[in-house]
Amino acid sequence: MTVLSLVIFLPLAAALAMYLLRLGDRAVRWTWIAASALDLALVAGLWIGYDGPGVGYETNARWIPSVRAGYHLGVDGLSLPLLALTALLFLCCAVYSLRQEHRVRTFAALFLFLESVSLGLFAALDLLLFFVFFDLSIVAMYFVIAGWGHGERLRSALRFFLYTFFGSLALLLGFIGLYLGSDPKTFDMVELTRNPPLADSPGLAGLVLLAIGVGLAVKTPTVPFHTWLPPAHTDAPAAGSAVLAGVLLKMGTYGFVRIAMPMLPDAWRTYAWVIVAVGAVSVVYGALVALAQRDLKRLVAYTSVNHMGYIVLAVGAAGLAGDEAARRLAVTGAVTQMVSHGLLTGALFLLCGVLYERTASYDMDGYGGVARVAPVFAGLLAVASFGSLGLPGLSGFIAEFQIFTGVIGAGTAGAAVAGGISVLGVLITAALFLRLLQRVLLGTPGPLTPRVTDAGTAERAAIVPLLALALVVGVAPRFLLDLVEPVSAAVIALVAR
Amino acid sequence: MMRENPADLLPELCTLLGAVLGLLTGMFVPRRRQWTAVAVCAAGVLAGLAAAVAAVDGPRLMTFDAFMLDPVTHVTRVTVLGSTLLVMALAYAPLRGHRRETEFHVLTVFTALGTMALGATSDLLVLVAAYLLASIPAYALAGFAKDARGTEAALKYYLMGALLGLLMLTGVTLLYGLGGGTSYESLARGLPSSPAVTVGAVLLVAGLLFKAGGVPAHFWVPDVAEGSSPVVATLVTTVPKIGAFAALFRLGDEVMPRSWALTLALLAAVTMTLGNLAAFAQDNVRRLLAYSTVGQAGYLLVPVAMAGRTDLARPALLYYVAAYALTNLGAFAVVVATGRDRLADYRGLARRSPLLALSLVVCLLGLVGTPPTAVFVGKVLMLGAALNGHYTWLAVVAAVNTVASVFYYLRWIVPACRTADEEPPAPSRPASLVAYTAAALTLALGVGSGLFLSFG
Repeated sequence: MTVLSLVIFLPLAAALAMYLLRLGDRAVRWTWIAASALDLALVAGLWIGYDGPGVGYETNARWIPSVRAGYHLGVDGLSLPLLALTALLFLCCAVYSLRQEHRVRTFAALFLFLESVSLGLFAALDLLLFFVFFDLSIVAMYFVIAGWGHGERLRSALRFFLYTFFGSLALLLGFIGLYLGSDPKTFDMVELTRNPPLADSPGLAGLVLLAIGVGLAVKTPTVPFHTWLPPAHTDAPAAGSAVLAGVLLKMGTYGFVRIAMPMLPDAWRTYAWVIVAVGAVSVVYGALVALAQRDLKRLVAYTSVNHMGYIVLAVGAAGLAGDEAARRLAVTGAVTQMVSHGLLTGALFLLCGVLYERTASYDMDGYGGVARVAPVFAGLLAVASFGSLGLPGLSGFIAEFQIFTGVIGAGTAGAAVAGGISVLGVLITAALFLRLLQRVLLGTPGPLTPRVTDAGTAERAAIVPLLALALVVGVAPRFLLDLVEPVSAAVIALVAR
Repeated sequence: MMRENPADLLPELCTLLGAVLGLLTGMFVPRRRQWTAVAVCAAGVLAGLAAAVAAVDGPRLMTFDAFMLDPVTHVTRVTVLGSTLLVMALAYAPLRGHRRETEFHVLTVFTALGTMALGATSDLLVLVAAYLLASIPAYALAGFAKDARGTEAALKYYLMGALLGLLMLTGVTLLYGLGGGTSYESLARGLPSSPAVTVGAVLLVAGLLFKAGGVPAHFWVPDVAEGSSPVVATLVTTVPKIGAFAALFRLGDEVMPRSWALTLALLAAVTMTLGNLAAFAQDNVRRLLAYSTVGQAGYLLVPVAMAGRTDLARPALLYYVAAYALTNLGAFAVVVATGRDRLADYRGLARRSPLLALSLVVCLLGLVGTPPTAVFVGKVLMLGAALNGHYTWLAVVAAVNTVASVFYYLRWIVPACRTADEEPPAPSRPASLVAYTAAALTLALGVGSGLFLSFG
C-alpha cells in the first residue's frame, strides 16, 4: 500500500467506517471533515515531498495482465495541483455541509466516495483505470443531484447521467482504439505516451481523437455539448455544484492534456484549429448566455462554460505551429486556469448556496442591497466575482493572462484571431459580474433581501480558504508555476513529435 | 483414436447423478422431509462445480467424439453450475414444503445439464439432444404454478420452442446432407459454399437464438418472465442463455462460412436495439428485466459475430456471459426477495433494507456496464472485439444502446432510493442473501478480472 493509494482510498475507507460503526449524524459530520482534512494534509505532504520533473510516487501493480491494463498510479506537475485542489474543495464542502440535515450519512458517504474517485482519476496512469474513475464520478454525482438537489432534480440528474455517460462511452471507444492501435497492445498511459499509437494511420488516429475529444468535451463541457451543465448545476445542492464545477469539469480538460495531446500528437496538430475554434466559441457563447441569465446559479454555470473555453483554446493553440515558448505559456495558463476556476467557481457556488438556504430562490431580481444586511457575504461574493472576471491580484488573472499571451504570442494568424475574439469574452464576463454585484449587493432592497442573513461560521470557514488560496496564487504564483512549467514544456515537446 | 474417458465428463455425470438420485429420494421421503432430496440435487451440482473447476487447467481435447474440452466448455460449466446453485438457493424458501418441491429442483438441474451439453458439444446431433434437454424441463417449470398466467407462459414458451426446434432440426438435416457429417470437424472440411448452406445455418441459428433470447426469437422472454414465478424467470433468463451463446460461438468459430459475421452482427444490432427500446415503457420490473436480458443478448451476440475474426472474441464472450449471468441473477434475486413487481412498489427500499437496495443498484448499474463491475470488463472486451474485427459501426451501436439503457435502469433505481409514505414489508432473508452474494461477486469478478481472464 503506497502513500498515493492511501490518499485515494482514505475517504472511501472513512465512508465505509461510517456505515460499519453506524455513526450518528454529528459523528458523521466530524468524521467527514476529519477524513477530508487528513487527506488534504497527505496531499500537501505529497506536494512537499515531490521532487520533479517526472512521475513521482509511482505504483504499478498487475490488474488485467491479458489486456495489459495495470493498477498504475503516479503524480507529476500536472496531477499534483489538481489533487490538491480536489482535496481542498472536498474539505471545504465537508465544512460547508455542517448544517446539512437531510440523510447526512449517505450524503457524506457519497461525497467521500466521490473524493476517492476524483483523486484516483487525477493519479491514474492507466487508461482503463482512468475510465473506471471517470465513470464512477458520473454515478456518484447522479445520486448527489437526484437525492439532495432541488427543483426538477430528477430530470436534471437524468440528463446529466445520460449526457455524460454518452461522453464516457465515446471516451471508452477511443481508449479501446488507442489500445488496439498500440504496439505492443497496452492501456498503460506512460507507454502510450512514450510510443504514440496509430502513428502511421492518420485516418484512424483522427477517428480515435474524435471519440476521445467528444468524450472529454462533454465532460468539460464545451459548446455544443454543454447543455447538460446549466440544469445540473441549478438543481444540485450547493456542495454538489461546487464539486461538479471545481473538480468534475477538470476531468475533461485534464484528459486533453494528459491523454489526447501526448498520445495522438499528429492528429492533435492536424485538428488543432478545430479545438481552437471550439474553445473560442465556448468562451464567447458561454459569456453571452451568462449575460442573459436572471438566475444566479445558472449565470455562474454558464461562466463555467466560458472559463473552460479558455482552457480548450489554450490546449488547442498548443497544437498549432508557432513560437514554442508562447505555446508553453498557453499550456501553463491552462493548468493554472483549471486550479483557479476550481477555487473561484467552487466558492461562487457555495455562496449561491448561502443565499438559497435563506430564501430558496436564485432570482437575482428578487435581491438588492444585500451588502447592507450581509456584509461578510457581500465581501466574499465581491472577491469571488472579481477573481472570476480576471482582476489582477487573484488567480484568474494569472491564468487568463498566460493563456492570452500564449495563444496570441504563438504568432500564427488563426491563433491571434481566436485569441482576440476570446478577449471579448473577458469583457463580457466583466460586465456580467459587475451587473451581478450591482443587482444583488447594491441598490434598493428587493422582496427577498429581508430574509438574507449574513454567512455563518461554517459557511465562512468553507469559503474563505478557497478565496484566500486564489489570492495567494494571484499574488505569488511561483510555487504553482514552478510545478506546472516543466509539464508544459514536456507536453509541448510531445505534441511536436 | 477416439478418446472415451468418462472422467472427462465428470461435471456432467455428477450433475446427472445428483438429479436422478434427488428424484429417487424425493419419491420415497415424506413431504416435510423433501429437503433431503433437494440437498442431494444440490450436492450433485456442487460436486459437478468442483469437478468443473478442477478440470479448468486441463489440455484442450475432444472426448467421445462429441464434446470439446476447451475454455468455452470450462467457463460454460462453471457459470451454469454456479448460477444453478444460486437459483436453487433462491427457490429453496418459496418452495419449502411445496407438494412438488423435489420436482422443481430436479427439473432445474436437468435444465442445467442440458445447457452444459449445449455449450460443450461439437456435434450437431448432440446439439439437438442438448437443446431438448435444456428446453423441456424449462417448459414444465414455466407452468409449474399451474395458474392461468403460468400456463399461458408455458404454452407460449413451448410453442415457440417447438417451432424453432423444428427449424433447427431442419437446418441440421440440411447441413448433414450438404456436409456429409454432423461433427463440426467434418462440417468445416466438407461444407461447400452454396446458398443452401446459408439456409441451413440460418435455421440452425434460429433454434439457438430461441435459447439465447435473441431477436427474432425473443417473444417468449417477457411473457415467461412475467407469467411464471420469479424464480423460474430467473432460471430461464439466465441459465439456458449461457449454453446457447457458447454453442453459437463454437459454431461460428469452428464451422461457419464467411457470411456469418455480417449476419450475426446485424442480428446483434437489432437484438440490442429492440430489447432496449422495448424496456423503456415497462412498469413491471420482471418485464423490464426480461427486455433488458434481450438487450444484453444483443451485446453477447457481438463477440459471437466476431468469432474467428479476432483473438478478443473468445475472452469477450466468456467473460461477458459469466458476468451477465451473475448480474442478471442478482437483479432477479432482488425481485424474489421483495416479491414485488411494480416499479412504484420499490419506493422506500433503500430505507427498509439498505443492503438490498445497494445490491440492486450494483446489479443494475452493472448491467449498464459501470465499472468496476464484471459486466464493465466484459463490455470493454466486447467493444474491443468489435473494433478489432473491423466492425466499428457495431461498436458504436452497442455504445449508443448502452447509453439508452441507462434510462430504464434508472427508472428502477430512482424509486428504490426514495422515501415511501408507508414502510414496505420486510424482504425475504434467503433471497436477499443471494442478491448480496451476486452483487459482491460481480464486484469481485470486475476488480479481480485479471485473475479470471488469465484462464480464458
